[in-house]
Amino acid sequence: MTVQAQGAESPAEILAVEGVSVTLSGREILHDVTFHINAGEFTGLIGSNGAGKTTLMRVILGLITPTSGTVRVESGTRGKSQIGYVPQRITLDPDMPMRARDLVGLGIDGQRFGLPWPSAARRKRIDEMLDSVDAMRFADARVGNLSGGEQQRILIAHALISEPRLLLLDEPLANLDIGSEQEVVDLLSRIARRERIAVLISTHDMNPLLPVMDRIVYVAAGRIATGTTAEVVSSESLTKLYGHHVDVIHVHDRILVVAGRSDAALHHGGDEAIVELM
Amino acid sequence: MLGSLSPLIEPGFLSNAPVQTALIVGGIVAVVSGIVGVFTVMRGQSFAGHSLADIGTAGGSASFLLGTSPLFGFVAMNLMAAGVMEWIGIRRPRGRDLATGIVLGAALGLAALFLYLDTASSTTGATINVLFGSIFTLQSSLVPVIVVFSVVAAGIVLAMYRPLLLSSVSSDLATAQGVRVRFVGIGYLVALAVAVSLSAVTIGAILSTALLIGPAATALRITNRTGRAAAIAAAIGVAATWLGVLLAYDSFYWFPSHNGWPVSFFVVTLIFLTYLLSQVRFMRRSTVRRTAVAAQAG
Repeated sequence: MTVQAQGAESPAEILAVEGVSVTLSGREILHDVTFHINAGEFTGLIGSNGAGKTTLMRVILGLITPTSGTVRVESGTRGKSQIGYVPQRITLDPDMPMRARDLVGLGIDGQRFGLPWPSAARRKRIDEMLDSVDAMRFADARVGNLSGGEQQRILIAHALISEPRLLLLDEPLANLDIGSEQEVVDLLSRIARRERIAVLISTHDMNPLLPVMDRIVYVAAGRIATGTTAEVVSSESLTKLYGHHVDVIHVHDRILVVAGRSDAALHHGGDEAIVELM
Repeated sequence: MLGSLSPLIEPGFLSNAPVQTALIVGGIVAVVSGIVGVFTVMRGQSFAGHSLADIGTAGGSASFLLGTSPLFGFVAMNLMAAGVMEWIGIRRPRGRDLATGIVLGAALGLAALFLYLDTASSTTGATINVLFGSIFTLQSSLVPVIVVFSVVAAGIVLAMYRPLLLSSVSSDLATAQGVRVRFVGIGYLVALAVAVSLSAVTIGAILSTALLIGPAATALRITNRTGRAAAIAAAIGVAATWLGVLLAYDSFYWFPSHNGWPVSFFVVTLIFLTYLLSQVRFMRRSTVRRTAVAAQAG
């Protein structure tokens, strides 16, 4: 079930998650999770709240040690600089005296001691990064005063400026309006192809990612199914994953996942066209 | 230049030894408070900052019983309190107020006892001294000690500037980038404990919050840059402290006469007025922006 990155000569493997299980205070959060991501690939980590998406991200970041299994990031080593990370729901305080460009600059050397020394090279590098996420317009604005979509771009720039091979984003589309949602998805897909970065995005709604997703990692109750969207999001495959009957319905260019059980809870969130399963 | 200021500056102001000590100590402490205060406000730890000042009264009042300078009492007590607050869980946003509140309650009980004992053993003015400060009675021999403590507090913040800033933005972001967030948090608490102690001997334990939070809160309104905010906060603090010392010196001849008004009153009032001024400007600016947006929409 390997997916070739579009236009790639030979796909270089960036992330290998093999047989990862995590048990936290007696509860099994992840069970035998295995998947691989190649350079330049755009992968969606899909699942409802509490399915284990954030735990999986934290395992990849090295913040949680798996009970069993291994995580390899690019040929056997795992250094923090190889992974760019955009955490879930950060609130940037409007009282904070910090420009958008300052936060991006902290992505270069925020972990080091001492004061940041301004230099022409540093400024140029920050400007180029801001430019590549279309954020020059508000580079000098106070970061806490920016809109949700603008803050998301700045956080993406902060994660990318250290030139990681793997970019993890935890629910980056939550709390964004539809317009910004599409802009952020397009931006990430462009960066993944151009810089040959592996992008892993977690979300509870796969629909915004459908046009750009190379691979899907579908999480339900700590187990995963992986492959192309067509392979994973089918009634057969998801029924196997959930352990009870699931219908997959295509409505125009959107996908609805519907539990076959009569007692299944259906969540309809406004325009959201995914139905979560209990 | 000095001649034109003569109606404001009473004769003998700059040649007066207690005034000189007050200006030196007040200036240094205001700089440290400004630098540390900007991070206190950014990290949402104003309550912890204020509580450390109140907690310090237990140490300050104990010093009078032991016959040492209140500065040592403040520093010792505040470092201990910061340690307990960290242990209870100040690093968790929800545990923050709880940890602070528990330690604050316990320390104020001790302060009540020590202040009672101070009064009973007839140490004149100990209560007023600890709570409201007495910058004019500071011994000049204490200046080197104050300099050392100031260098420690400001040095910690400047040395940890980038990781401290990053973990103040988001601890998740900092952790993922390899920052040891807890270590940085402890370092910052030590700097806060020392800064608050310094400000307590300058303008008093109860009022030291004003010097820590006031200039920083004003600076946050004025600039979009963290480094500049720290510099502006330090400048506002120094200006308010020096002007406060001057006004207190002048007030010797004011009502009810021949007993100068407290320096702390002037310093705190000046800081508050500066904040009000920035608030008015800030509100006017947002009104202008709103009007502009409304005009555009219309």
